[in-house]
Amino acid sequence: MAVLAPEVRSAAPRWLIRHETLLAAILVVALAILGLLNERFLTIDNLLNQGRLMTEVGLLALPMTFIIITGGIDLSVGSIVGLCAIMLGYSWKNLGFPLPLAIAFAIGVGGVAGFVNGLLITRVRVPPLIMTIATLALYRGLAEGISQARSVRNYPEWFFFTGQGEWLGVPVQLWILLVGIIMAGIALDRTTFGRTLYAIGNNETAARFSGLPVDRVKLVVYTLSGLAAGLSAWVLVSRVTTTRSDMGSGYELDVIAAVVLGGTSIFGGVGTIWGTVVGLVMIQLLKNGLALTGVKGDATIIVIGAVLIASTLIASSLHGRREVAG
Amino acid sequence: MSTMVVSHLRPGEGGALRLFASQEALLAFAIIGIAILVGLYNPRFLATRNLADIVLGNAYIAVAAIGMSMVIVSGNIDISVGSLIGVLATISGTLAVAGVPIILVWLTPLVVGILVMMLQGAVIAYLRIPAIVVTLGMLSILKGGLISVTGGRWITDLPQSFHLADIELFGILPMPVLIMVAATILAALWMRYSASGRAIYATGGNAEAARLCGVSPRRTVVMVFALHGLFAGIAALLFATQLKVIQSTVPPNLELTVITAAVVGGVSILGGVGTVVGSTLAAVLIAEIASALVFINVSPYWIHAVQGALILVTVVADILRRRRRQVGG
Repeated sequence: MAVLAPEVRSAAPRWLIRHETLLAAILVVALAILGLLNERFLTIDNLLNQGRLMTEVGLLALPMTFIIITGGIDLSVGSIVGLCAIMLGYSWKNLGFPLPLAIAFAIGVGGVAGFVNGLLITRVRVPPLIMTIATLALYRGLAEGISQARSVRNYPEWFFFTGQGEWLGVPVQLWILLVGIIMAGIALDRTTFGRTLYAIGNNETAARFSGLPVDRVKLVVYTLSGLAAGLSAWVLVSRVTTTRSDMGSGYELDVIAAVVLGGTSIFGGVGTIWGTVVGLVMIQLLKNGLALTGVKGDATIIVIGAVLIASTLIASSLHGRREVAG
Repeated sequence: MSTMVVSHLRPGEGGALRLFASQEALLAFAIIGIAILVGLYNPRFLATRNLADIVLGNAYIAVAAIGMSMVIVSGNIDISVGSLIGVLATISGTLAVAGVPIILVWLTPLVVGILVMMLQGAVIAYLRIPAIVVTLGMLSILKGGLISVTGGRWITDLPQSFHLADIELFGILPMPVLIMVAATILAALWMRYSASGRAIYATGGNAEAARLCGVSPRRTVVMVFALHGLFAGIAALLFATQLKVIQSTVPPNLELTVITAAVVGGVSILGGVGTVVGSTLAAVLIAEIASALVFINVSPYWIHAVQGALILVTVVADILRRRRRQVGG
């Protein structure tokens, strides 16, 4: 492993550094322009509030970075958020779980949902794309079926701390995201696990023949994705104070757009957590900036869709790995 | 993803025929079996009116699934089709209300559908961007665009001549069924016997081998997406004309239903295998299950869970079947 790591690393860095520097520069310019256009934009209050809104998607983007680096994808994350939100409310209201247990249960359900994805992807070799399209329908369907489209409300006051409270002047969920970012960054950059992700994404067969635990690592990343969705559901329910079965629908777009915009190659093998964070911030600021200049929420998804396609186009034309696409 | 495609080459034609026959026979058997079982539980399920509603109301899904099958056989995927159908339905409705000649009202969605899908096919084939990224991006562009432009207003006061789905040929053959059956048969024959139809299988089975045999995988992918756009246009017309109003929003999760029909119909998600007869039968089966849920007192909210489970079972069975054959042969 120690021998392999530096080789794997040297496959990417120069282009990667350029991409991220470019992105950071665009971010600064965008911030300045939005700040000039609207004086409310560059206030601490607004920025912290945007951090609050960014957390649900942000928590999903971290494991999604891992997954896309391995050359996989997880389209079911939004549906897992919906399923976990429903399980939280349902187990508390209908099964009579104490709320802390219900939260843990919901996150556990997310883990199981991700584990099932990973299990069929690694054991039966179902392609990740079709596996997670199937569970996109299945998990959303379970959320709708279990809840019968009824919402759950009237959570106790303390429950809203995670989604609405502050600690040291910073939104609570932003601390959670921050811890997640640091852990994911270290895991990806400084551990055998992280280096294995790159090895799998660069050449899965070679990784297998090198004796790397390919299947086990993939199983872990899909399970992590489910767990993160559970966490995200908890933060989301706490922020909006109610549970509905359509929660998190469409999140996969924001998450994948943030990861791809952050320089992670959709073909696998390339990507960083740092890039994902910048991508995430850009998407959120784009949304906020558009909203402040009077663009409605529905119109912002046009922009995000266009950003997704454009950033993939630019990355693949800058990058040498286009042949793999076919 | 790319490693999966290469390792699955087709065995002999005879084996393929038997496989298709079995998938389609299985679906037909399931359709009849469910009808009998649910009919025994609640005879009202078998009322002519209900059975007709199941087929008539969902013919557009079957039509869209034909194009989706071709896309999947070619080794791609499209998750933008639901949004596109929503957009095309709104376009045709808006034109109809504006008093545009009916032939233009019917042709415009087809042309726009073909253009949008061709554009996506070209980006996928020539710029080598994965289909999932392109179609996910297009999904949100179309969805956001539709709501921004219409504000979600309903289109009402549609002229009588607009209602294509209400036409009954010879006073007995409803247009949706006629279109569904005709499109399925034509597409099945074309895919099976024409050179360009076979090229889709060749491209999905092994793009490099197809190229060496003189098939252009890129041109094939663009052609497939263009046809997919045409079928999406026809589906949008059937969808738009079957009700008295058009909601000008994207029907939620429509793309999932279309993908489910294509996959459950026996189109292998690994590319290169499948027929559209299967996908049409599967579309009917899914509609039948959705209706049956109501008649056996199960909440219709479970339908997406059923769809997801159906995709999973079909895909896993498909993969295990191939694996066994590879080990055996």
